[in-house]
Amino acid sequence: MHLGVSESMRECEYSQISTRSSTPMETPYKKKTPKKRKWEAFPGRNKFYCDGRIMMAKQTGVFYLTLVLILVTCGLFFTFDCPYLAQHLTPIIPVIGGVLFLFVLGTLLRTSFSDPGVLPRATSDEAADLERQIDVANGSTGYRPPPRTKEVVINGQTVKLKYCFTCKIFRPPRASHCSLCDNCVERFDHHCPWVGNCVGRRNYRFFYMFILSLSFLTIFIFAFVITHIILRSHRNGFLSALKDSPASVLEVVVCFFSVWSIVGLSGFHTYLISSNQTTNEDIKGSWSSKRGKDNYNPYSHGNIFTNCCAALCGPLPPSLIDRRGFVQSDTPQLAPPTNGITMYGATQSQQSHMCDQDQCIQSTKFVLQAAATPLLQQQSSEPVILTASPENGVPLPGRTSLTLGGPCTSLPLGQPTPPTSTPSLSCHEATDMLPIHGHAHNHSHPLQEPVAHHHFLTPEEVPSPPGMLHCGSPLGHSHTVQAGFYNPASQDSLHEDSVRGLVKLSSV
Amino acid sequence: MRHSASLANKVFIQRDYSEGTTCKFQTKFPSELESRIERTLFEDTVKTLNNYYAEAEKIGGQSYLEGCLACATAYLIFLCMETRYEKVLKKIAKYIQEQNEKIYAPRGLLITDPIERGMRVIEISIYEDRGSSGSSSGSSSVSGSTAR
Repeated sequence: MHLGVSESMRECEYSQISTRSSTPMETPYKKKTPKKRKWEAFPGRNKFYCDGRIMMAKQTGVFYLTLVLILVTCGLFFTFDCPYLAQHLTPIIPVIGGVLFLFVLGTLLRTSFSDPGVLPRATSDEAADLERQIDVANGSTGYRPPPRTKEVVINGQTVKLKYCFTCKIFRPPRASHCSLCDNCVERFDHHCPWVGNCVGRRNYRFFYMFILSLSFLTIFIFAFVITHIILRSHRNGFLSALKDSPASVLEVVVCFFSVWSIVGLSGFHTYLISSNQTTNEDIKGSWSSKRGKDNYNPYSHGNIFTNCCAALCGPLPPSLIDRRGFVQSDTPQLAPPTNGITMYGATQSQQSHMCDQDQCIQSTKFVLQAAATPLLQQQSSEPVILTASPENGVPLPGRTSLTLGGPCTSLPLGQPTPPTSTPSLSCHEATDMLPIHGHAHNHSHPLQEPVAHHHFLTPEEVPSPPGMLHCGSPLGHSHTVQAGFYNPASQDSLHEDSVRGLVKLSSV
Repeated sequence: MRHSASLANKVFIQRDYSEGTTCKFQTKFPSELESRIERTLFEDTVKTLNNYYAEAEKIGGQSYLEGCLACATAYLIFLCMETRYEKVLKKIAKYIQEQNEKIYAPRGLLITDPIERGMRVIEISIYEDRGSSGSSSGSSSVSGSTAR
């Protein structure tokens, strides 16, 4: 290809890294005779059990805590309080308690184990097609970062569809990317650590029924344990009542603290369901009238009853990820487009299973390749593409916004790495790059804060880079002016320096 | 008569979100198919698919009944019965297969069921008919991607 020897050298380096880092099952070129199920090659950060039947988030510690709390409290209630209550009041109490308990457990397990509505990532052909469309819409072959939002009018409201760099799709309305699970989820509500899973389109009703029934169960246990203690203390006195049934104290304490949070949460979700909003939308105030007079929720069916019925009794869509299907190794694929830029994007998509550390190494290599590419292409009309070397921290003017879009479409630098899961090396690499961007864009003050803080975002939706990209394009124009002052010879040496710096960085 | 068709291009029909999050595909006729198939046939296919999806996602008496029954039986009823959505998806799969056999395959096209692409796109693969297998691949294909 026109990029020459150095390109093939880099390609060799590139594939060296990829075979070292990716697990055998993920390289598409290896033919394995034993058939693999799709869940084994799933690119998100989920855990699967029972041969793909059960799907949970990566961190499940809090889920086990929830389970233990519920089981222990109910166990104590049935063992210590129910016999007395059944005897002195009515045996219906343990029956109702039992039914509630089973319902709570059933809905909890259903919420935790089911697919919340994960959107499978785009195939490489789809991603390439989207790239082509975006390039065509842009009308240029330059490195100007393409706009990664699409506007759509839904029931009279303009909704922005964002492009997900990880999944390489334009997210449907109400979908969001969960940074903990690294998946785009349809009708994303929130990621619930108590349940150990995301709450989305397919398991929202179970989640709601779980918290509703748990509120009833908590109030039920609280009320009857207090009744039990009162009845006992009428007979024997308060202190001896407590001594006779010490478990009740524990139950009261647990229930007392749970009641406030669970009942509050149920109330909040009842409000959300009746107005057909997700937690995400409510927190952002997407449809609040404070944003504008004409701002209304386009998804609402009009009245509370229909909204509730639709959310709770509407049709349940099937899982889109087909966890238990078999991976087909021989799907015919188109050749990646010959445009040097998008090719990187296409090959990168095949490596999307890699862990964050490798992603970081790859992304750094992209920066390296992309930075060096215009040097070889010798396009004088292009603005000077200079990437800052993170070691000296010198704010080199130029299009560091390159890394935010354009050739490095799948660059995860634009997305914050979740604080919990990545090894420190990759985090440092990622964050080292980010402040440079803020630095280089001297007048991007409003941008510097979000860029520098990206690393510390709480686990929620990944804010998509358009915020940064919008800044990229006006800055690009200003930098062309600056670039004009540079001597081409010094540009080359600066290039080489920065490239060398990045090679050092990427060889870590 | 040896015909080896190889994959030349893929066209992706994207989702139409103008009516919200319900599953609906754009009926805009892609330019790559202009020489391969009549516009009306294509639009009919997409409109029929859209109708099927609307039927699957319809919120009405039957879906409420199903939802309440499922809730009452703690969703155990789905061990024996399949949801309405799944029934419609089966109908769609049959419809697509039928369309492929009757209309698209004779024109060198192949529709992939959207469910296999996460309901994001309708993927239509365009095959170039090659007279003999020895011809050079030209613009298309990674080696080993010949389709039957």
